[in-house]
Amino acid sequence: MALNRMFRTCPSSGLVFHEPAEKLMRWNAVAAVVSLLVGGILAIGVMLTRWQAVHLLPPDMFYQVLTAHGLNMLVFWIIFFEIAVLYFAASTLLRCRIATPGMAWAGFWLMVLGALVNNYSVLRGDSSVMFTSYAPMGAHPTFYLGLILFAVGALIACFVFFGTLVVAKAERTYQGSVPLVTFGAITAGIIAVFTIAAGAIILIPTFLWSVGLVAHIDSLMYRTVWWAFGHSSQQINVAAHVSVWYAVAAIVFGAKPMSEKVSRGAFLLYILFLQLASAHHLLTDPGLTSNWKIFNTSYAMYLAVLASMVHGLTVPGSIEVAQREKGYNQGLFEWLRKAPWGNPVFSSMFISLIGFGFLGGISGVMMGTEQLNLIIHNTVYVPGHFHATVVVGTTLAFMGLTYFLIPVMFRRELMFAGMAKWQPYVFGLGMAGVSLFLMGAGTLGVPRRHWDISFAGNPFPYEFPGAAWLMMGIAGVTGMIAIVGGAMYLLITVGSVFLGRKIQTPGFQHVRARDGVAPAPQPVAVAIAAHHPSIGVAGFVAPGTFALAMVFLVSFVLYYFINWKYLSTIWPLK
Amino acid sequence: MSAILPPSERVWWKQPLDRVELVWIVVALLWCLIMFFMMPYWHIYGQQNLANEAYRANPGDFSKKTEEMIQKYKVREEGGELKVPVVRPPAGSDVYLIAQLWRWYPMLELEAGKSYRIHLMSMDWLHGFSLQPENINIQVHPGYEHVITVTPTRPGTFAIICNEYCGVNHHTMASRLYVVK
Repeated sequence: MALNRMFRTCPSSGLVFHEPAEKLMRWNAVAAVVSLLVGGILAIGVMLTRWQAVHLLPPDMFYQVLTAHGLNMLVFWIIFFEIAVLYFAASTLLRCRIATPGMAWAGFWLMVLGALVNNYSVLRGDSSVMFTSYAPMGAHPTFYLGLILFAVGALIACFVFFGTLVVAKAERTYQGSVPLVTFGAITAGIIAVFTIAAGAIILIPTFLWSVGLVAHIDSLMYRTVWWAFGHSSQQINVAAHVSVWYAVAAIVFGAKPMSEKVSRGAFLLYILFLQLASAHHLLTDPGLTSNWKIFNTSYAMYLAVLASMVHGLTVPGSIEVAQREKGYNQGLFEWLRKAPWGNPVFSSMFISLIGFGFLGGISGVMMGTEQLNLIIHNTVYVPGHFHATVVVGTTLAFMGLTYFLIPVMFRRELMFAGMAKWQPYVFGLGMAGVSLFLMGAGTLGVPRRHWDISFAGNPFPYEFPGAAWLMMGIAGVTGMIAIVGGAMYLLITVGSVFLGRKIQTPGFQHVRARDGVAPAPQPVAVAIAAHHPSIGVAGFVAPGTFALAMVFLVSFVLYYFINWKYLSTIWPLK
Repeated sequence: MSAILPPSERVWWKQPLDRVELVWIVVALLWCLIMFFMMPYWHIYGQQNLANEAYRANPGDFSKKTEEMIQKYKVREEGGELKVPVVRPPAGSDVYLIAQLWRWYPMLELEAGKSYRIHLMSMDWLHGFSLQPENINIQVHPGYEHVITVTPTRPGTFAIICNEYCGVNHHTMASRLYVVK
């Protein structure tokens, strides 16, 4: 089969797409959106059951739906989309042909097969073991098999990504260092390889156990290794969505990183320290020492938290600098007031940034503090936290990127542009509500993954305080708002991709790969102005961002010590 | 010139840091160190810490020790037909609590202000010890006996619920813990 080795230049963005790579990105994005649709429908069942006044599903079905919701959202939607992001960061940003497209397709179809097999096992009804599938609770062998196939596919995709980097270097498609966004994607790729290796180490024996070839799986060993997969996979998301933030800042504002050194250094800290976070889940487990817990849960010394705090400053900081240079230089916040709040690419990214930092980041550190975990472990605070990181953070960032990619990659005009303007707000704020109220209920002790907090039928029920019930109810309402936001996203993207008006490019031409794309553009030799003398306040180029960062820090410090205060009131434990 | 293009300065690592970034990195790093040292600090000066005392154990032995304790210190039965034993062990003693599908066994009655060594273990799958409304949450493993010294501070009726998903009747796994004067 003759491979299509053609490039095309996008007329609106100037990006260069290698057509086989573009097709892979499109298919991965479509598979991601289909997973999001499935997971979103399941979310309705989860939300309306935990909202006790509605209590929609019977228990067996609730646990089944919750298992499938977790897997489709946290694994299939996010990883399919991330593969598309990796290909974009390597092939498109480096203007390079994708390495071994055949292998990339093999990886893609393996992932699809794995997702189908895994969903089949949950649909059977005998594999309602949750996303975590903690041994010795066993699932049908196809549950593990599906995940293994999916992981192998994803691993192939990672190596296609790395291969593409090698090709780009060898064929000199770019000059100097790779762009920052590509660097971030490399971070995500490296973490992904580590993650998948950990997944293989635990899922393969568990699969063998489920078919009877291995006699025993130790529950503590399972949790320790599984979380090296389960938590690290969330760190892929962090690296990927931070890269998307930088990309959106560059696309919407033409922002350049405040300094390459700082941003890349922060990504490097991710590579070095993010993987220790398996310990976050093991802080109240027996058999592990406090030394081990403290070192690992804090990523050595919170060095990965430091990295996120740095990105949290440099991304909006770079936007601020770009805006101030455009003339929005009044006061602290003119740059932010005059930002394109009606552009869903930007508003998604900014809500993602704020939600990830204020809700997800701060709560993550609370849960990850050894002693504070005692008052949080396995409560509904935990889903509250990760709906802020993975949904408001990662998912919303990816949604924003989609609005950019539909015209650029699918060559279709965005349908329902008016609705698209509102979608990030409806989804982002709805989900922020879910996150906040689940955390509130969790603080009052409401357990996660629980069908009935009234304990009906139990002779010794516990009555949760009214506030806990109320917060679960509000979480249900805001959850429905978020689901409406998700439906808007699906309507806009699916509508645009299949029915949107085609964008015709007048001067459209293919360039043969053998002839090479146009030579890589020479970096413009501008003297970098380290200090932009004309902008900013008090020697700070981004004083508004700095003020926001200080607000963040103060909230962080206060909330941190409030939790210690709360901890100090519970029964002494030794 | 932007994050999606190669750095315009080839030796970008020599580009000086901006003041905003430098100040923020220093402040953030200090905060990270404070948070890090807060954990060892609490081990020394705080009251709420896990002891790291745990043993590998098998369910048979653990349940035998539990039954012995029940025989010695049972004060009554509760739950009507269920006849759940309520045990009032002496202060300072070893107390055994079994987690299994889908119950906590036996029920405990402790004295406020006294310390007890509670041994937690699961007989089957993972469970989550969640004491409400105190909101103390501890993972319970099969095969690992986890020893926690607790000192109830106030009398009252407390609930122990399971907060680690353990199958279809997970939500029915709830028991009581009494603290008396």
